[in-house]
Amino acid sequence: MKKWLLLIGLGLLGFFCGSVRAGEVTLLGAGATFPYPLYSKWFHVYYQKTGVKVNYQSIGSGGGIRQILARTVDFGATDAPMSEEELAKAPGKILHLPMALGAVVVAYNVPGVPSGLKLTPQVLADIFLGKIRKWNDPRIVQLNPGIKFPGLPILVIHRSDGSGTTFNFTYYLSRVSPEWRKRVGYGKAVRWPTGIGGKGNEGVTGYLKQFPGAIGYIELAYAHQNKLPVAALQNKAGKFIRPTLESISAAARTNIPPDTRTLIVNTDAPEGYPLAAMTWILVYQEQAYGGRSLERARALVDLLWWCVHEAQEYNEALFYARLPENLVRINEKLLRSITYRGQPILQEK
Amino acid sequence: MRGRRPKGLASPFRPLVKEGVMRIRDPDRVFRFVCWGLAVGLVALVVGIGLTLLAGSLPSLKTFGLKFLWGRVWDPVNEEFGALPFVVGTLVTSVLALLITIPFALSSGIFLAEYAPPKIAGPLSSLVELLAGIPSVIYGLWALFYLVPLVRWFEMKVGAPPFGLGLPTASLVLAIMILPYAASITREVLRMVPHELKEAAYGLGATKWEVIRRVCLPYGLSGIVAGFLLSLGRALGETMAVTMVIGNRSEMPQSPWDLANTMASVIANEFTEASRDLHLSALIEIGLLLFLITLIVNTVARIIIVRLEVK
Repeated sequence: MKKWLLLIGLGLLGFFCGSVRAGEVTLLGAGATFPYPLYSKWFHVYYQKTGVKVNYQSIGSGGGIRQILARTVDFGATDAPMSEEELAKAPGKILHLPMALGAVVVAYNVPGVPSGLKLTPQVLADIFLGKIRKWNDPRIVQLNPGIKFPGLPILVIHRSDGSGTTFNFTYYLSRVSPEWRKRVGYGKAVRWPTGIGGKGNEGVTGYLKQFPGAIGYIELAYAHQNKLPVAALQNKAGKFIRPTLESISAAARTNIPPDTRTLIVNTDAPEGYPLAAMTWILVYQEQAYGGRSLERARALVDLLWWCVHEAQEYNEALFYARLPENLVRINEKLLRSITYRGQPILQEK
Repeated sequence: MRGRRPKGLASPFRPLVKEGVMRIRDPDRVFRFVCWGLAVGLVALVVGIGLTLLAGSLPSLKTFGLKFLWGRVWDPVNEEFGALPFVVGTLVTSVLALLITIPFALSSGIFLAEYAPPKIAGPLSSLVELLAGIPSVIYGLWALFYLVPLVRWFEMKVGAPPFGLGLPTASLVLAIMILPYAASITREVLRMVPHELKEAAYGLGATKWEVIRRVCLPYGLSGIVAGFLLSLGRALGETMAVTMVIGNRSEMPQSPWDLANTMASVIANEFTEASRDLHLSALIEIGLLLFLITLIVNTVARIIIVRLEVK
């Protein structure tokens, strides 16, 4: 009996020593589901290159913010910047590092209109307000000369679950339509004036494919994978812009505040798609907390440095747009400001 | 070990039991304690769940009070929350589902218990029970791809708004999901009708139909009704399949063809990203309401069983 216990004890000891001696830091992250496919690709490549493991749990932006506030992870991830009240709960200064750009696209299923739909923000808002009810409404027809619309009723599809996609979409409508701002407002879940709710991007995509006359908003990758046509939206400069990886990336070529806590919907950039969105990783500026080692802090900063530089080349294959130059510069500045016991971690670069 | 048994409880058989043969002195008592402990634990668990829900919904209870029950607006942006559309959605879909299921469950139960020859009754029963083992997301997908177009076609025929989603589709898929429970319980209850009773009735010259109507059904009534109410309980809490076909519109349904939302599905939809405290609390209060409604349905089931018991 005792011999057995001894053996098991030694075995366990050896196991733990072994894992400690292997010395590879495993970084923990949690948060947004939207960039999950991209992050898992990045972190896999990074592991093969450096041996540093990153364990990322896609539990949703809200969860990511809660976990970084509770300091149970090395980094959080979110699709919407943290609000002032959330930041006030933080035990230290939290940095927002934009990692990639995505887009919310307006997809539709109108028999006889396989592509090329153009919409102005006002028409889009009125469709989602339930004020424009038919596809052959004069306001839609007027915007799209050369397309013959059927007299089909418009069926609005929206997300039924709370999501960053809804947040960006409703924020955009609030910016472009005073009536939307007054009647609905913006948030991760809102009181929709009309339409059917689908759960998740896949739910909305499913309804879009199934119902003739449907229009809805989804992430770019879902529209591509399901070959759904997407609408070109008129941006602030007056141009109709289709959501492409270039036009999404271009949307961030505008004035971004130094803490990057801004939404780039309805961008000023003349070539920018107006419904583009950033996705952030959240880290503490002062990394010496909760008994963290300098080694761990350095591993985290090195990883993030790699993410905003070399890793960007993996974005486009997965339908995420690259960070434009101005965002990379801001990221570099932010990463250089990360400290361990007051000493910057990244002096040499 | 020896000194522990209280003297007053010494077993009368003690002289017959050899020391050392019986490791645990009084298995009866041990078993009784284990049963008691686990049973009390179970009750404590239910009470605990209720209390946790109550604690979680306190902020919302304080803000809205009883108005929460009949508030018709669910607006996470302006933080105005009322549960009525969800309560109505849940009750309408569940009760409709039960009504749709009853004739099928009754007739299949009667057929399997009385008419079907044993050779096919066995396989058929297990087929019906197989329905209960299918995960609800599969029902949801199936409903989305096969039931929805069917309902839409029907709605176009009768001139209703052709969504294909909403209350009718959700009720139909729920009816199919609770059918195996209702049918199995009906069958089992009918099988338990004593043969003496049935044979006595046959002896008096009753036909098979008369035996079923006058003897079997009245005898098993309380069990059958209880089975239906248990199925109703399951329909009340069903989430995934309903979410996929009900349309998730958080407004009061205006007609039986309308899109709606249920209590379980609004929780499933909004809980993960409800970042504001009041929103989260309102969702937990919906959970509390659902808990109470289920409790009421079960209590009503008990009362009916007692009332209808054959005396």
